[in-house]
Amino acid sequence: MTVGLNQYLIVAAMLFTLGIAGIILNRKNIIVILMSVELILLSVNINFVAFSSFLGDLTGQVFSLFILTVAAAEAAIGLAVLVTYFRNRGSIAVEDINVMKG
Amino acid sequence: MTAAAAFFYLFSIVMIGSAFMVIAARNPVHSVLFLILAFVNAAGLFLLLGAEFLAMIIVIVYVGAVAVLFLFVVMMLDVDFAELKQGFLQYLPVGALIGAAVLIELVLVVGAWTQAPAAIAGAGAPTPPDVSNTLALGRVLYTKYVYFFQAAGLILLTAMIGAIVLTLRHKPDVKRQVIADQNARDKSDVVLKKVPSRAGV
Repeated sequence: MTVGLNQYLIVAAMLFTLGIAGIILNRKNIIVILMSVELILLSVNINFVAFSSFLGDLTGQVFSLFILTVAAAEAAIGLAVLVTYFRNRGSIAVEDINVMKG
Repeated sequence: MTAAAAFFYLFSIVMIGSAFMVIAARNPVHSVLFLILAFVNAAGLFLLLGAEFLAMIIVIVYVGAVAVLFLFVVMMLDVDFAELKQGFLQYLPVGALIGAAVLIELVLVVGAWTQAPAAIAGAGAPTPPDVSNTLALGRVLYTKYVYFFQAAGLILLTAMIGAIVLTLRHKPDVKRQVIADQNARDKSDVVLKKVPSRAGV
């Protein structure tokens, strides 16, 4: 039983699906939504690294590094917005976030 | 079953299970801890794939920085998370439906997709045999992709400034150092008091 490219792709697909389902199921809790986005980005990273490893091209790992950078920036900004919103409104329920005026 | 295959299945199963617990756990703190477990297992998968540098970066950046940031925010915000969990069962059918549809589509794509045998067989290792993974990554990252590397640095700088600007606030009743006042202070304004020993002010 050898592990090939397909096994890695299927694992990444399952992780991606769990991320999508997490966004839909926890649509009231924005923190879990952010965590689901992290899961989706992780599954994309696994795809990139698996292709890079099996096709013998280092570019996939370089791209994965950039995805990691953007994911870290996104998490930092998202959580900062969340903290600011909670200070102003005292709630983080997603359906309350419908006003753009500061 | 070789050791590599056994570890692949171990890491994958634990990762998928903890990812499921991330979205299913009642307590968001548990969600964050399961997220950390998922990231550590993904790092194990990366090690199996020969991407050692990325595996270590995943552990440092995700587990060390991002997950701890999540943990801080979850613990800092005083939110009734049980109330936020209310719609979970209500959304369960549609969520499971969409999830199953996406999964079936992805598995169909992967299953129907056949690789040219020459593509896999002809591909060597991504890194030359006498070079470590980190060295090989550095060789292309600082030459071929140097502009992208700089852009990534700019993105991180923007994110840092944005996060600071968003969350910084000045409380009115906190005493702060005013350097201009200190510099403008004259010798005649200063009152010197002789405090007796062991007496306090």
